[in-house]
Amino acid sequence: MEKKTDYTKIPKERFAFYQREENIHDKKLDTKPVGYFRDAMGRFARNKSSVAAAVIIGLLILYAVFIPYVGGNNYTNSPSDTMYLRFANLLPKSRLFAWAGWDGCKDETLSKNDYYARLAIGQETGMNPIVKVYREDYAAEDAQSNTTYYDVRIDSYLKNGMVYLSLTPEEYTAIQKWQNETGIQVIYPAVDTSGFRIASLKTDANIWYQCNQKGAPKLDRNDNLIPLYRTSGNDGNYDSLRIQGDDGSYKYAVIMGTSASPAYNVRVFSYTYFQFRYGIEPSFLFGTNAYGQDILTRLANAARFSMIFAICVSAVNLVIGAFYGAFEGYYGGKTDLVMERIADILSGVPFIVVVTLFKLHLAKQVGALPSLLFAFVLTGWIGMAGKTRMQFYRFKNQEYILAARTLGAGDFRLMFGHIFPNALGTLITGAVLYIPSVVYSESNLTYLGIVNLDSTTRTSIGSMLSAGQPVMSTYPHVVLFPSIFIALLLITFNLFGNGLRDAFNPSLRGTED
Amino acid sequence: MFKYILKRITLMFFVLFSIMTICFVLIKLLPMPTIEGYGQDMKLVLMRREALGYNKPILVQYGIFLKKSILQGNWGISETLYRGQEVWTVFISKMPATMMVNIYSLLFSVPIGILLGIYAALKKNKWQEYLISTLIMVFISVPSYVYGLLLQYLLAFRLKWFPFQMDSGTDYFSFSMFRSIVPAILALGFPTVAGLARNVRAELSEVLTSDFMLLARTKGLTRSQATVRHALRNSMVPIFPMIFGEFIGILSGSLVIEKIFGIPGIGQLFLNSITALDYNLFMLLTIFYTFIGLAASLVVDVSYGLIDPRIRMGER
Repeated sequence: MEKKTDYTKIPKERFAFYQREENIHDKKLDTKPVGYFRDAMGRFARNKSSVAAAVIIGLLILYAVFIPYVGGNNYTNSPSDTMYLRFANLLPKSRLFAWAGWDGCKDETLSKNDYYARLAIGQETGMNPIVKVYREDYAAEDAQSNTTYYDVRIDSYLKNGMVYLSLTPEEYTAIQKWQNETGIQVIYPAVDTSGFRIASLKTDANIWYQCNQKGAPKLDRNDNLIPLYRTSGNDGNYDSLRIQGDDGSYKYAVIMGTSASPAYNVRVFSYTYFQFRYGIEPSFLFGTNAYGQDILTRLANAARFSMIFAICVSAVNLVIGAFYGAFEGYYGGKTDLVMERIADILSGVPFIVVVTLFKLHLAKQVGALPSLLFAFVLTGWIGMAGKTRMQFYRFKNQEYILAARTLGAGDFRLMFGHIFPNALGTLITGAVLYIPSVVYSESNLTYLGIVNLDSTTRTSIGSMLSAGQPVMSTYPHVVLFPSIFIALLLITFNLFGNGLRDAFNPSLRGTED
Repeated sequence: MFKYILKRITLMFFVLFSIMTICFVLIKLLPMPTIEGYGQDMKLVLMRREALGYNKPILVQYGIFLKKSILQGNWGISETLYRGQEVWTVFISKMPATMMVNIYSLLFSVPIGILLGIYAALKKNKWQEYLISTLIMVFISVPSYVYGLLLQYLLAFRLKWFPFQMDSGTDYFSFSMFRSIVPAILALGFPTVAGLARNVRAELSEVLTSDFMLLARTKGLTRSQATVRHALRNSMVPIFPMIFGEFIGILSGSLVIEKIFGIPGIGQLFLNSITALDYNLFMLLTIFYTFIGLAASLVVDVSYGLIDPRIRMGER
């Protein structure tokens, strides 16, 4: 069958007018027009991993912003207070997840004397630091002496037990008043230490029982500890809770100092003393560091600093890079050549050298933080400038620029009114992707100790890690939580940035870099 | 080609010279380390500084520096860190540790990175690719000290397979030495593995979808034949320069990894020279690091041209 393909001889009557009454207009679109930005957002929303990353970033930012207010029980920033050291290296404790081992306890091997000292804390206060005994009273394998050992699980919040404190009369009465109101014992009876010859036994607040000069307890017939409380002397008319078994003769303080300014030397239980001071039971979700500072709050503080710093650096670099790149790209030729060489030289200096020189030269005059900021800004804009320059080369010879120039637009207007908006998408994604790299290098520098930003009010993740590294084998939590945080932050920021880049520039989808 | 390479090298030395000048001036502007600690030798130190020209104008000092250090190779004497020792000797003595760790880590990371990348590209859109991409993302994003610490905790402390730090001082080629640096090698290698795998995957999956691959299949090659003979070779064009760049990087130590694992290398030396304000050492190491960085980028650019003569990086 032959196909009819000859359309040259169609008879005239076969033609008919389609319409001739109205003018033909373009149909108005029924749907809403989708702008560049909305299109990009729609594309971003379809990328599941980036959205998840954005959500996690949001949570991390919320954590960094709000935790210092909520969790900051004035316990974060004052390492000068020696009482903090009593709460050093407490393990992470969560009431919700205590069943999963997140209970502030730790498995330890104790010698017999230590074991009894811990037991004595429990007996005196009713809060036993020994949660569980795995193996009792065994001799070490290469036993040199007749010491025996105990494998136990110990609550790190209770194991420090008693401490000696020197109180002013006001503090002394305040604690007594608080004890009467709440019924919680803070001050425990003073001990008669006159029988001890060894200084370490005299100053050990946990010994309230009779023991020999090596600290081994003397037991009575029923294997109980024999108390050694002070029954003579002045305790400033202690009028508050008394421990069980006290017939009213125990003295609760030793008065030192002059009669004009007496100092009350008392034994307090560190756990309940914390309650007295801060109104809550000690419980640290992420534990505490070697100075007794709460890692949860400190990490949030560090994170907030890192994020603000990175965003500032990124914004400053965006502005400088945009201007520099715009001039380079727009004027081209010799200007471009000279400006490119300057950028080349600056980018050739290793970053670490820049930071060091800035620190050595400027840190004394303007402080460590501004000098670090300068160092980041000095070389950071080069990447941005390169991106802007490339966009300018792409667009500056296009027809619409020629048209605008013909209409009389000046250089500045052409640069920032007509060409620059084309570069905006790339620049914004570049700036977002630059944020994690700033966090990365800032934490690197503080970790290495080249820059030290650690102070009472501010810290950085790098300093937290380098402080925790020496004790990592015994207290891994000091390092664990900051590392998890920074790893999570950087991963999600990179995912988020990649998603943003794909959304703004679909032609780059799937290619890396 | 020769002219191009010559041009790039000239440019590199121009940049290096400018950086060197800037750094020299900045370092010389710093206050000298105090000499109170020297006690009776104070006068001696002062005399030596006078003799070395430390009190002359900076421009004259720069002339002396260029003549003595660059031309004659005399980089001066360490003032605080290794008192009285030649800076250059100290520098050279730190080299083997850094080089050894870096070479081992390259030997382990380059093949694994390439293989992982190839595997991921061949298994496109299957769970293997997603797994590898996720791992790549994680290892590229996470700072090296985090997995440095993690490896140290897990391998050295928990499992007790390796010692905590490097056995410095023993023979560099003994087995115990190798065993002690395994965690460092791993920590140093992970970013390289991830970076290489990412690039290989991106390149190879692009090449695999190109038209000449279809042609290769239609002319009768099996999938593996086509992949090995055509796709791999083409995808390696941007990869090999990267590897060359890595090899230049062997010389420069990683500051973080060397600190964590106690490797007495260049990175440690650099950190110490900063904290001890040993300017001669700092100057030498600054120039060294700058040179390594520039040389690596030069090698990468030139090797692009050598592998694929159509490419001339830096020309327009």
